[in-house]
Amino acid sequence: MDYSIKIGGEAGQGIQTIGDVLARVFARSGYHVFTDQEYQSRIRGGHNFYRIRLSDVPVRAPKRQPDILIALDRASIALHMPEMRDEGIIVYDPDMLKQQFDGPSFLDIPFLTLATETGAGRIAANTVATGAVLGMLGFALEQLFDIMDIILRKKDEDIRKRNRLAAQAGRDHAVASCKRCSFTLKAAGPPKMLLGGNEAIGLGTLAGGCRFYSAYPMTPSTGIMIYVGTKAHEYGVVVEQAEDEIAAINMALGASYAGVRSMTGTSGGGFALMAEGLSLAAMTETPVVIALAQRPGPATGLPTGTEQADLFFALHSGHGEFPRIIFAPGDPEQAIRLTAKAFDLTQKYQVPAIIMTDQYLADTQWTFDRISLDGIPMRDYRADAGEVDRLDEYMRHAFTESGISPFAVPGKTRHVVVTDSDEHTEAGHIIEDAGIRTRMVEKRLFRKMGSIRAEMAPPAYFGPPAPGTVLISWGSTYGIVREAAEELAANRVGMLHFSEIYPLPGNDAFDYAGLLNGAARTICIENNATSQFARLLEAETGHRVTDRVTRYDGRPWVLEELLEELRGRT
Amino acid sequence: MAERDKYQGGVPAWCPGCGNFAILRAFKEALAEENIEPGEFCIVSGIGQAGKFPHYVRCNTFNGLHGRSLPVATGIKLANHDMLVMAVGGDGDMYGEGGNHLMHAMRRNIGIKVFVHDNQIYGLTKGQASPTSMEGMVTKVQPFGVFSGQFNPMAMAVSLDCGFVARGYAGDHEHLKGLIRQAIRHPGFSLVDILQPCVSFNKVNTYEWYAQRVYDVGDGHDPTDRGRSFVKALEWGDRIPIGIIYRNDRRSFESRIPVLNKGTLIDHVIDWETLKKKLAETLHEFY
Repeated sequence: MDYSIKIGGEAGQGIQTIGDVLARVFARSGYHVFTDQEYQSRIRGGHNFYRIRLSDVPVRAPKRQPDILIALDRASIALHMPEMRDEGIIVYDPDMLKQQFDGPSFLDIPFLTLATETGAGRIAANTVATGAVLGMLGFALEQLFDIMDIILRKKDEDIRKRNRLAAQAGRDHAVASCKRCSFTLKAAGPPKMLLGGNEAIGLGTLAGGCRFYSAYPMTPSTGIMIYVGTKAHEYGVVVEQAEDEIAAINMALGASYAGVRSMTGTSGGGFALMAEGLSLAAMTETPVVIALAQRPGPATGLPTGTEQADLFFALHSGHGEFPRIIFAPGDPEQAIRLTAKAFDLTQKYQVPAIIMTDQYLADTQWTFDRISLDGIPMRDYRADAGEVDRLDEYMRHAFTESGISPFAVPGKTRHVVVTDSDEHTEAGHIIEDAGIRTRMVEKRLFRKMGSIRAEMAPPAYFGPPAPGTVLISWGSTYGIVREAAEELAANRVGMLHFSEIYPLPGNDAFDYAGLLNGAARTICIENNATSQFARLLEAETGHRVTDRVTRYDGRPWVLEELLEELRGRT
Repeated sequence: MAERDKYQGGVPAWCPGCGNFAILRAFKEALAEENIEPGEFCIVSGIGQAGKFPHYVRCNTFNGLHGRSLPVATGIKLANHDMLVMAVGGDGDMYGEGGNHLMHAMRRNIGIKVFVHDNQIYGLTKGQASPTSMEGMVTKVQPFGVFSGQFNPMAMAVSLDCGFVARGYAGDHEHLKGLIRQAIRHPGFSLVDILQPCVSFNKVNTYEWYAQRVYDVGDGHDPTDRGRSFVKALEWGDRIPIGIIYRNDRRSFESRIPVLNKGTLIDHVIDWETLKKKLAETLHEFY
């Protein structure tokens, strides 16, 4: 069982609400669900779609052919009808679209009329549509009613009742009139969690002990700030909307210097403004976590599209030479863990950490049976105030074997905490001395780098022990590449997924370079034009991939498209 | 005054005769008179001759980037609102590179005290025009004189309803010290613009030039009257007012954040077991 549902319409028509509600019903009913969205940079009009895949086995990527299309506008039919499965069904309301479509694929359901008849009003047309889809698939409505009660909790009981009637009317109409509906639902497991990419980064932020989040809204990173904002009071976090991204990172650095865990988030254009602050974090050895949710550039690019083209930018951003940590989660579960790990490592090593996602991952939702928080590091690295007080002299940038200096909280000791964006002494004061400069570079960069590399987990490998072909992915392409590798398993295809990107992990725990060198073909799959990860991999490991598969139209791959790209290569 | 020795910092790298020395002395004396210990306050600075200021005062110091002292100070204040957080910079740093941050820090009315060493010239880069350079001032970069209008920090501050707006003069020690003390005591955002001759590069706005023009607004001016304060803020030329131009009692930003009512963020001790339980409950919301 593997069904795909597409909901198409204009911005402002509520396709996201229909999609989110359906996905939640499926997840609660125990099915594996994957959702993704394509939307335009506008509040109303245009054309957006929401895609849901549901199955009785894990699903991690979108498929091309919808089994059901909910068309809330005529453009949906023109754009998506050609990609429908042969037996697919287009459900729509002729009144809403002001047009009647004939043919076996079309299922007419009067969303508006049914909504009005139940007394819920035209606004409930989407509720009718949701009920209709559940009817087509053979779902009962109890889960939907529970979810609607949460959404409509601020409305009175009468409105809730009328909305339930609207959903029921949609379901009844679909059951009675859909002659072509022959969906067979296999038995499902216990209820599953449905979790989105941005929410997961937000959860990782909370799990990392964040107390201060400053950012300037920018698609597709804004969802992180919104999620942390909704939890701010409960978790004791101050969320500040800064006047610009320059302020955002400098505020985070100020709060971090003062002793609290801090984070900021943005997309490429905002990250460009943060470059100077990233360099400041490095020089002052002030911990900070930065979420970089990529979208296609250069400049404003495709504001609501997706791309993985900022890897080199993240790697090289900021003037001067300094260490940094870069993670790129592949799914929401990884996003929670890696964001929390970023907080741990930025505190431990006092170097900046960057979490890279993109619009695709930010706006996808995945199901999980459960998410364990076991093993998430939770350590306080700040120096004990009493111990600092016992020192004759406290020096914020003291030379140590590890390169890590004690991190005292200003105002909590009898000593003062001094740091400087200029090159500085161990005590943090401005100098121009060549000898101290050299030792400071060694402390900040060379002493820390080896230890940081040892913290990086090796890439995940899925496939046979000695694969003939290895598909290589990083970040958000995890799901689609994993599905492609599974489809091609008979051809001795394996896949590597890198989520801990920089510094690239060593080969001690897992000789992934050996695995790559032993394969006849290695295919690096990236959502960018210049195969940036393949180039990083070659620079760090010497392995030169045999094939580079790229995509840079601002869209993610669907499974069929990626398999087409890989045809004849494995 | 021996009390101020406890604030003894490094040896200043300023030019002999620089107005900064007078500001440094007034600042240390003001702190001593307010009984503030070196570990109890933090100075954030950016780049420029004034940016070096905290290295010459024993204190918690974040000497950050050009123009960026206010966002850093904002982060520090929100992390530890019990700490006295001050920002020091020059006219280029605060009014040029950092102008956007200044505007929004005033809007927030966050309890940061800002002291601007305003010498109407760029010193560190050796003599280019600054936002407060007067129209017509000739420099190597502006050989036909400055064409842009002179930035008026006092008028901008009053128009943005800034909590505390004052102008001091490096040549009037007691008056300046008094302003610094009052700025520190003000609970919201304080801006003190300090007129200060640059003996190396500004040959127009000299000690003599200022001495002929500055006057104390005195008791005759009511700094709580915003309209009259705005008129006062516009004054520049033959007569230049110093003193408290404007003040109000707007609530400070940090006092309005409910999370901070329970104490400072740095004192929110993270109990990992509690956090883990809370997170497990939050994860349950996704079923």
